[in-house]
Amino acid sequence: MNNIQLNTEGKLKHFLSIDGLPKSLLTELLDVAESFVGVNDLQIKKVPLLRGKTIVNLFFENSTRTRTTFELAAKRLSADVLSMSIATSSTSKGESLLDTIRNLEAMFVDMFVVRHGISGAAHFIAQQTSPHISVINAGDGQHAHPTQAMLDMFTIRQIKKDFSSLKVAIIGDILHSRVARSQIQALNTLGVAEVRVIAPKTLLPAHVESMGVRVFHNLNAGLKDIDVIIMLRLQKERMTSALLPSESEYFKCFGLTQDKLKIAKPDAIVMHPGPINRGVEIESKVADGPQSVILKQVSNGIAVRMAVMAMAMQKQGNVG
Amino acid sequence: MKNIYIKNGLLIDPVNKINRIGNVYISDGKIASITNEPAGFKADEIIEAENKVVSPGFIDLSTRLREPGQSRKATFRSESAAALSAGITTMCLQPDTNPVIDTSAVAELIKDLAKKADYPKIYPIAALTQKLEGTELSSMLSLKQAGCVAVGNANKPVRNLLILRRALEYAASHDLLVMFRPNDYWLGNNGCVHEGFFATRYGLPSIPEAAETIALAQCLELVELTGCRVHFGQLSCKRSVIKIHQAKKYGLQVSADVAVHQLHLTEDDIIPFDSNYHVIPPLRTDTDLKYLRQGLASGTINSLCSDHQPHDIDAKLGAFPETESGISALETLLPLMLKLVEDGVVSLEQGIAALTSNPARVLRIDSGALTVGFSADVCVFDPDLEWQINADTWKSQGNNTPFWGQTLKGKVIYAIQSGRLAYTNT
Repeated sequence: MNNIQLNTEGKLKHFLSIDGLPKSLLTELLDVAESFVGVNDLQIKKVPLLRGKTIVNLFFENSTRTRTTFELAAKRLSADVLSMSIATSSTSKGESLLDTIRNLEAMFVDMFVVRHGISGAAHFIAQQTSPHISVINAGDGQHAHPTQAMLDMFTIRQIKKDFSSLKVAIIGDILHSRVARSQIQALNTLGVAEVRVIAPKTLLPAHVESMGVRVFHNLNAGLKDIDVIIMLRLQKERMTSALLPSESEYFKCFGLTQDKLKIAKPDAIVMHPGPINRGVEIESKVADGPQSVILKQVSNGIAVRMAVMAMAMQKQGNVG
Repeated sequence: MKNIYIKNGLLIDPVNKINRIGNVYISDGKIASITNEPAGFKADEIIEAENKVVSPGFIDLSTRLREPGQSRKATFRSESAAALSAGITTMCLQPDTNPVIDTSAVAELIKDLAKKADYPKIYPIAALTQKLEGTELSSMLSLKQAGCVAVGNANKPVRNLLILRRALEYAASHDLLVMFRPNDYWLGNNGCVHEGFFATRYGLPSIPEAAETIALAQCLELVELTGCRVHFGQLSCKRSVIKIHQAKKYGLQVSADVAVHQLHLTEDDIIPFDSNYHVIPPLRTDTDLKYLRQGLASGTINSLCSDHQPHDIDAKLGAFPETESGISALETLLPLMLKLVEDGVVSLEQGIAALTSNPARVLRIDSGALTVGFSADVCVFDPDLEWQINADTWKSQGNNTPFWGQTLKGKVIYAIQSGRLAYTNT
């Protein structure tokens, strides 16, 4: 099923999920992203790779960071880019997802970047669009957020160089996190030594160990020997749906403080896909501290998204 | 009415313990004889049944024909044709039509629709509660008098146990069968797949087994309290089979069925985000499948149903959790039963009993057997004939089946309903 993402030559056509993609492709993506980092430092921050191409950012859910970096990435590749927030417009008028897509397709679009609140929405769009259109998943429900995972991998590789010896801990709401699912798949595909998830049982999906992770319910035990700490955002509605008693109790158990950070390896890095809840999942001193690479992640987001777009368009054989 | 002579078929009738080559004589809409030619019998129609199985017509305990209210999905006419081509001569209709089958007027309307579709044997299941909302009792006696064979709440849970208790008590007062699909509203949590590996990997909202087993256990307690006759429909997991087994051993008057696709598919078979696999209760694990199969073999589960739910294309066109659940399943009922025989789960005789005499016993109707004097509902099928599911062979208006494109074994050649040759495979 995931080979819907690849064309007959095994090249990237859509980028919907990390699931099912080979290590060689993920590594290639990181290498291509590396080559784009320099573009951000040019006086004219542009390469002509996607000149004449039209990219539509379709955001059925709100987003600042992801949407902005996708938009910048498209612009730096010289594409024409249109960003649409349809969280409340068409769908509230009863137009189906498919009709929205069909209408935009009729405007000669080359690529859709899609964020949607329902798992599987990006797959659905990729299946339904004309063959020449590429679909990039910018987050669907609780399923996948592959560009976020790849920019995290990029950041990890930038600092740690090699994946094979790394122990990585993902902390927080794994159950509802598309980011965590994509990160776990990317880390395991790239061959890290160990992936841990640390959370109360209420925030872990059934049989999460089947994804290739070790499960901890205790932060202190889970942080031991860790090289990379990935914190997840805690949504407020987790409290109202009785998954957690209170923010303060969560912070006490799973919040990353300077003291807790000391349990991990001294050179451990702290990551967060944002937006962060200071004092809920992470202490400000840690978020802004020397081990934090949170803003580096954001900068890397542009290069990684440029790489994804360039690679997905390359399959059409008519890039720039 | 024509006299029909079915010649030299392998007769299988579990009730009358028949399993041999023989003939069936039908006259006046009834089974006239199954051994000797009745005096003065003159066949108007001769059916050569050599190398074919001749069995009672199939009785399907859970179907939806989508009328009234959703004729864009299917109609009595389209689904009656599909049912007859699948050897199904009697169908129970779930009450979740629009309007719901909660007044005798709707029950009458359904009888009219059945008559117009030339498919007389439709038994509506009346709503257990008004509008299936789980808050007020339906007029069960009037509904029974209007021809409803049982009461049930379809897939809608009755959240309040006091209401469920009273509904069972009231049904028991009128000697009405309750058809209950156990399903706890809160634990179900708007899920669309089994809470297991698949849901975790693809980030889909999920339904744990406990959503079924807790509702089942509660209902079993209420069966003991109220003395109501309850049939549990469309079970999906191991612990449900164990609970039914224990309840029967303990002496409760309960029975159970399973939708036949649950005996062939698990979460591992789901093609990611293919909405044809979106079905409630969800496809579960290998272990569940094994226990459900054992349950059928041992008789803990006595009936197989299709749980037929035809849909229009749009209902299945969308991101998986947003699509409507259900499989169009009339036409795969026989082939999937035969596959159980091929897999060594049940004998052919047991498989046929699960489609005929056992559901007839659940409903307490004089059907499901080749008994002389019974209405002649007979199915003649070729158990070895292979056919592919495609637009040419498929009759239901709903193409929503995960088996689409596959080649299955077992095809009905003739279906006789109330003594009328209602389907011939040409």
